[in-house]
Amino acid sequence: MSADIKFDQLLDAKGMSCPLPILKTKKTIEGLSKDQVLKVETTDPGSKNDMASWAKRTGNEILKVEEGSGTFTFYIKKTT
Amino acid sequence: MAKKKMTIIASKGSLDMAYPPLILATTAAAMDLDVTIFFTFYGLDIIKKGKADSLKVSPLGNPAMPMPVPIPTLISSLPGMEAMATAMMKSMFKKHGVATIGQLLDMAKESGVKLIACQMTMDVMGVKQTDIIDGVEFGGAAMWLDAAADSQVNLFI
Repeated sequence: MSADIKFDQLLDAKGMSCPLPILKTKKTIEGLSKDQVLKVETTDPGSKNDMASWAKRTGNEILKVEEGSGTFTFYIKKTT
Repeated sequence: MAKKKMTIIASKGSLDMAYPPLILATTAAAMDLDVTIFFTFYGLDIIKKGKADSLKVSPLGNPAMPMPVPIPTLISSLPGMEAMATAMMKSMFKKHGVATIGQLLDMAKESGVKLIACQMTMDVMGVKQTDIIDGVEFGGAAMWLDAAADSQVNLFI
């Protein structure tokens, strides 16, 4: 296990299907300040690529993605 | 960077066909696109008051519709089959954590998606402006084209 990244808020999007993980991520990150980090947990296998596309389009930065036992964990830095 | 734009024409009013426009619209809004949905013909049902969560799906004429057991086409036309297919699809969506049409519609409005109802279809089908949910604008082909001509993504569903 690598050292955990510090995060400011946790979003549990486990059990949700497309497009909810993206919609919840967008809504939650809007409540954060610039440079704060949102940790998002999902179980939707499509969310891995979706989150990358969403981040690219919105300019937010995915610091790290972890995969394990059916769960995807994203650390996303708010850049604006 | 100027905001990208998307428009969608939602022309179908069955449960399965109400999903794509709303999934794409809400996701596009979450990706910072300006989104317009133009509801026309049967698509109007999606934005009728109290209708979003009572849309139905028919197993008729759809060989790809997943059924618990293979059902001959003639049986699919019997009373109750549409209700059964609808209940089945809704339970499949729920089990997989998919939002309902009503939830997606609320999220679309919340995220600033512009909703336009086709006035011509409303007149033809006897739909009054008061039958349509709040927050919808009324217009025609020119209103959609005006938005579409400035958009990078335009879809007819």
